[in-house]
Amino acid sequence: MDTPVIHHGAMFDTNELVLNMGPQHPSTHGVLRVVLRLDGEKVVDADVVIGYLHRGIEKLSENRNWTQIILLTDRMDYVAAATNNVGYCETVEKLMSLEVPRRARYVRTILCELQRIASHCLWVGTHAMDIGAMTVFLYAFRERELILDLFEEMCGARLTYNSMRIGGLPLDIPPGWDKKVLEFCTIMATKIDEYEELLTHNRIWLERTKGIGVIDGPAAVALGLSGPPLRGSGVPRDVRKDEPYAAYDEMEFDVPIGTAGDTYDRYLVRLEEFRQSLRVIRQATEGIPEGPIVGKVPRLIKPPAGETYHAIESPKGELGYFIVSDGKSTNPYRFRVRPPSFCNLQGLRTLIKGHLVADVVALIGSLDVVLGEVDR
Amino acid sequence: MIDTLVIPLLKIVIVLNATLVSVTYMVLLERKVIAWAQSRLGPMRVGPYGILQPVADAVKLMIKEDITPVRADRWVFTIAPIISMVPALIVYAVIPFGPEVKLFGRQVTLYITDINVGLLYIVSVASVGVYGIILAGYASNSKYPLLASLRASAQLISYEVAVTLTLVSVIMMAGSLSMVSIVRAQQSSHMWYAFVQPLAFLIFFIGGLAETNRAPFDLPEAEQELTGGFHTEYSGMRFALFFLAEYANMIVVSSVATTLFLGGWLRPFPNVAFLSFLDFIPSWTWFLVKSFVFLYIFIWVRATLPRYRYDQLMRLGWKVLIPLAIANLVVTGIIKVMLL
Repeated sequence: MDTPVIHHGAMFDTNELVLNMGPQHPSTHGVLRVVLRLDGEKVVDADVVIGYLHRGIEKLSENRNWTQIILLTDRMDYVAAATNNVGYCETVEKLMSLEVPRRARYVRTILCELQRIASHCLWVGTHAMDIGAMTVFLYAFRERELILDLFEEMCGARLTYNSMRIGGLPLDIPPGWDKKVLEFCTIMATKIDEYEELLTHNRIWLERTKGIGVIDGPAAVALGLSGPPLRGSGVPRDVRKDEPYAAYDEMEFDVPIGTAGDTYDRYLVRLEEFRQSLRVIRQATEGIPEGPIVGKVPRLIKPPAGETYHAIESPKGELGYFIVSDGKSTNPYRFRVRPPSFCNLQGLRTLIKGHLVADVVALIGSLDVVLGEVDR
Repeated sequence: MIDTLVIPLLKIVIVLNATLVSVTYMVLLERKVIAWAQSRLGPMRVGPYGILQPVADAVKLMIKEDITPVRADRWVFTIAPIISMVPALIVYAVIPFGPEVKLFGRQVTLYITDINVGLLYIVSVASVGVYGIILAGYASNSKYPLLASLRASAQLISYEVAVTLTLVSVIMMAGSLSMVSIVRAQQSSHMWYAFVQPLAFLIFFIGGLAETNRAPFDLPEAEQELTGGFHTEYSGMRFALFFLAEYANMIVVSSVATTLFLGGWLRPFPNVAFLSFLDFIPSWTWFLVKSFVFLYIFIWVRATLPRYRYDQLMRLGWKVLIPLAIANLVVTGIIKVMLL
């Protein structure tokens, strides 16, 4: 970014102000750094600086065997670890042409959707808190806690689950777990209305989100946005529908899309996704078939030489894995992730130009980025 | 001697200490009420149900290192918190907590003084407080506090206009600037001014929220945008002064609102003889209860609403509240002239 511009006036010269936001800032959700060039409170230009959380997960993975990598994927989008696991395992299964038992696919679907709700809970809470409504934050975390309890019962961990294995699941669901999931669905359905009561028709909320960070469909596609930011702009793209994985082809659900492409529409899309996720969880839990949880997997996992790309719909957007195997070693030759947060963050600079400082935090929240995934 | 020196000094000491104690407990109350709104417990560790939390907070703030940034303007940096705290405290000089009462065989007034320009005094003293914020932002020599203090000054000045205009309509009703006379006027007109002047009451309340930098108008200290606002660079007791000043101002606004719109120390329906069994309750209790209701609403609003953006805040102030206040003033004037 070039140096600030000085405007020479008749009496006074005015100077643009360079404001460094982050990496330690309460609203940049982790270690994002945004260098803002301000004219008064108006953002003239912004420079998004990333890399503060880079741990070299992609390179690390090339030196680990295929099963060990599952644990590393947990650390990317750490608020949606199960989704990362599913994406990776399915990519390897695709590479090895493994058949996954139907029961495992159903459980994967349930876990993915629970994870989507947990991730969206975190999003709605922090997004509302950035705009100043702090009660929603605690309400949303209360419900996220219930999901974490379910995960803890399922796989023993509350944040980084390591909950998948190539070809299926490490453990079967505990007895009575499915009933608890259904109970949770009943509770959650009423809680979503509670968030909506506090926000959706609140005049201040409307003023703060309507018309902020507008992006139309073609521009969103050109920027490579995916997930709710893309659907908020009216593009009906959802990997779960377009290229079904796990058991999504057997589920009935709608893909909510927005019209205006502003912060408010992205908010509405995510709130509707809460409800659709509950729908999917109910169907999957009620229809969970009997059977084995792991397919026929060789003792030593060594995919044949070749490369593959497989994408799933993570809570943040399209999460893709590109993996190359040389067919000789027990680790991947190349491991590359297409993280939705990284691509969505691309849009930030375009979105915040011309808005005010207060909108910057609203927009960062509205894109729902997780820095662990941006930097990997 | 006793009447001119001892009793006023005693009253000052009592009011000052009561204010400081209620300010610290106000902080606890806020934390508790917000906690209840958010389905959690709030402070529970210090004392039963956390009632000793203010003591712990005070001790913590006093023993904290008091940092002055190297590039700060040392003098202004030190004076700024004092400037914002003092006006908030001296306003209590004219707030009437009750009428005259008999105490130990003496006629004692339950207010420090009753000057004939009481309301004017409050308005002018309270607006000095904004200097503290502006100077703090300037003296910190840091970008976030500077932005915040610019916001604060713009906000306080524009809402001051709307609030003062509503005060004028009350003055027109009461025909006096003295706080005691305004309460008496409400008694003689058989009506709290909140019912005669509902619009003024509403504007005063909204303006009061904005003038005390409370949610949804807490832009100058918007933690999520400006990392704490004008007091980002402050620590220890100097930070505490800003913090206490905010709460002291909240109590000022609620006291003034109680006096002007809710009949001050008067019990509900002060002229209805049928309810005179309520007279055993001391008058200052009514005052405190009414102020408490206000403070509670202040906290309640904070737990519920998101924050306005800077330009929306200015728009609300200049395009909605000020025109409404002026219209209210004009209507009040016309009615007043027609009825007389």
